Amino acid sequence: MSADTGEGRRKLVEVTNLKMHFPILGGLLRRQVGSVKAVDGVSFDIYEGETLGVVGESGCGKSTCGRAVLRLYDITEGSIRIDGTEIGRMSQTQLRRLRPKMQMVFQDPQACLNPRMTVAAIIAEPLEEHGRLSGKERLNRVYELMDAVGLNRNFANRYPHAFSGGQRQRIGIARALALNPKFIVCDEPIAALDVSIQAQVVNLLEELQDRFGLTYMFISHDLSMVRHIADRVAVMYLGKIVELAPRDGLYEKPLHPYTEALMSAVPEPDPDIEARVERIILTGDVPSPSNPPEGCNFCTRCPKVMDICHRIDPEFREVAPGRFVACHLHDATQPQSRTRTGQTGATTRSEHIQQGEDA
Amino acid sequence: MPDGAAPVLDVKDLKTVFRTRAGDIHAVNSVSFSLKPGELLGVVGESGSGKSVTMMSLLGLLPSPPAEVREGEVLLAGRDLLKATPEGLRKVRGREVGFVFQDPMTSLNPVFTVGFQIMEPLRKHMKMDRRRARARAVELLNLVGIPDAERRLKDFPHQFSGGMRQRVMIAIALACDPKVLIADEPTTALDVTIQAQILELVKELRQRLGMAIIWITHDLGVIAGIADRVLVMYGGQVVEHGPVREVFANPAHPYTRALLQTVPKLREPREAKLKVIEGQPPILGAHPSACPFRARCEFAFDRCHRQNPPRRDIGKGHDTACFWDHRTGAPV
Repeated sequence: MSADTGEGRRKLVEVTNLKMHFPILGGLLRRQVGSVKAVDGVSFDIYEGETLGVVGESGCGKSTCGRAVLRLYDITEGSIRIDGTEIGRMSQTQLRRLRPKMQMVFQDPQACLNPRMTVAAIIAEPLEEHGRLSGKERLNRVYELMDAVGLNRNFANRYPHAFSGGQRQRIGIARALALNPKFIVCDEPIAALDVSIQAQVVNLLEELQDRFGLTYMFISHDLSMVRHIADRVAVMYLGKIVELAPRDGLYEKPLHPYTEALMSAVPEPDPDIEARVERIILTGDVPSPSNPPEGCNFCTRCPKVMDICHRIDPEFREVAPGRFVACHLHDATQPQSRTRTGQTGATTRSEHIQQGEDA
Repeated sequence: MPDGAAPVLDVKDLKTVFRTRAGDIHAVNSVSFSLKPGELLGVVGESGSGKSVTMMSLLGLLPSPPAEVREGEVLLAGRDLLKATPEGLRKVRGREVGFVFQDPMTSLNPVFTVGFQIMEPLRKHMKMDRRRARARAVELLNLVGIPDAERRLKDFPHQFSGGMRQRVMIAIALACDPKVLIADEPTTALDVTIQAQILELVKELRQRLGMAIIWITHDLGVIAGIADRVLVMYGGQVVEHGPVREVFANPAHPYTRALLQTVPKLREPREAKLKVIEGQPPILGAHPSACPFRARCEFAFDRCHRQNPPRRDIGKGHDTACFWDHRTGAPV
């Protein structure tokens, strides 16, 4: 688990300028009258074996982004390369062959399991669809998977309703693991669970990652949990990634004003810290993604807003090694990091020290 | 808040049972607590721990059948609410006790304007005429920080965002200047930045209006930020209770201790692995004859399997329902 800038490691997922716009139909003839820009030009890479956390408030497009990366939608624009294969423009038939490599764990363990299928049938379904195993081999594989996620084999013939939320999420994870995937998108896998059960599922996901060398895209609104599980974190706001950075750097010194406000808003279970923390209270609500503001998307709520923010949308760029941010506050940092190496060198060094401590 | 003040709300030995076809569910077992004027009591627990059912039982908000409040006393300013007639209870709800529910979308009526819904309790309880109720409604919306109040009275709930709707709910709950405000997970459905707005609002309103608040949540962070005292519930019982700083600094019950460790922190060093509470919360099929946490407790010993621990005082207004002493690490 290193949170480095990723040099020398293989990129398993490369997403470039991904856009997912949903049409708004209106009028008598149901013509398109506008579009919801759920994901509006995001670019990121996920390295093999790492966990990329994606955080943001509801409606920021993080779930849509996760689903679009797996091509559960027909995307509007952009390129997605998974394990070297470009899947952005592939047909669903072609994609079917690639599905075993990439899987998903859904948010609501109640809704994503068919109530009329037994646990064994649910976990075996991907094996039937994509595998060539005999009935007996398949059952053995199901038992193996149930062991891996900590479910009792004796419960294989029970139905989902007989399980608690945490156990249901384990069933969902076992199903995602069935075909030995390389890449799993976890869409808010712990949001529907109780606090004491969340830690169980997160620990399980981490164990499975170590054991099978999985790569995760972990989507969540829980910043403290993402800090725990992710190696790098992307912060989304209104369909765009506003900041992408290694975990420790991001949580220590957020560069984007939105990230800063988001982190300061998280309540800490410690009255002494709570009494000290200075909150940045954002005013107003998130604008509608069908009608985003001109210039920077965050300019309507930003506490550090400048004139330029209302006119020009800031470019998403690398301001320090491995740290990407889309904000005009850091416009000047860009040329410096190229010419004055002294400053950048210092940043890099401090990051390396952190990694040393971490490892 | 003066220590010796008489409580506005005093709940003693409350017991609520749900009668289902599969048998009785003992959702609330001998819960006692009191609320002093002007204080904020936080109630934490997981889903199914009985925190919401307790508060709904107080005001007769549970459908009966299946729910049945079997025992106990709920004294609001000296009057027992469990003995009140339906008519009497209706006068209490919204007038003396305000309620804010978790989901601001489903608790507002979508076919009436927000203005109508704020004015309703004012006209029913305070017997205000339309003009005065309207003026008060504008005042309330301003109080909870909704801009352009005059015009927004004519809007319907769907025209408000989640955070704004929750502000409307708070405005309705505050309409008749209640003595007690019960807020049931009021920020759980909201985003963190919006939650921070609502928490700031509540802190400010408390200073200004000085009412007593019961705040139900599963988020220990929220409790740490706003509560004066905290009540930890597990398996339909109060397992620990005390002043907030004391409980967070010296948690006594193994459940509270484990819960505090299992939550990852944002501002403290990151741990390599999360601490886990193994197992599942109990199903409350019978009246408890043993400690509800025994199956998940790392300190459980034979007495815990035979007897349900009563709450015992451990000083500084702090009490816990456990046979294990956290200071000596041995049975009491």
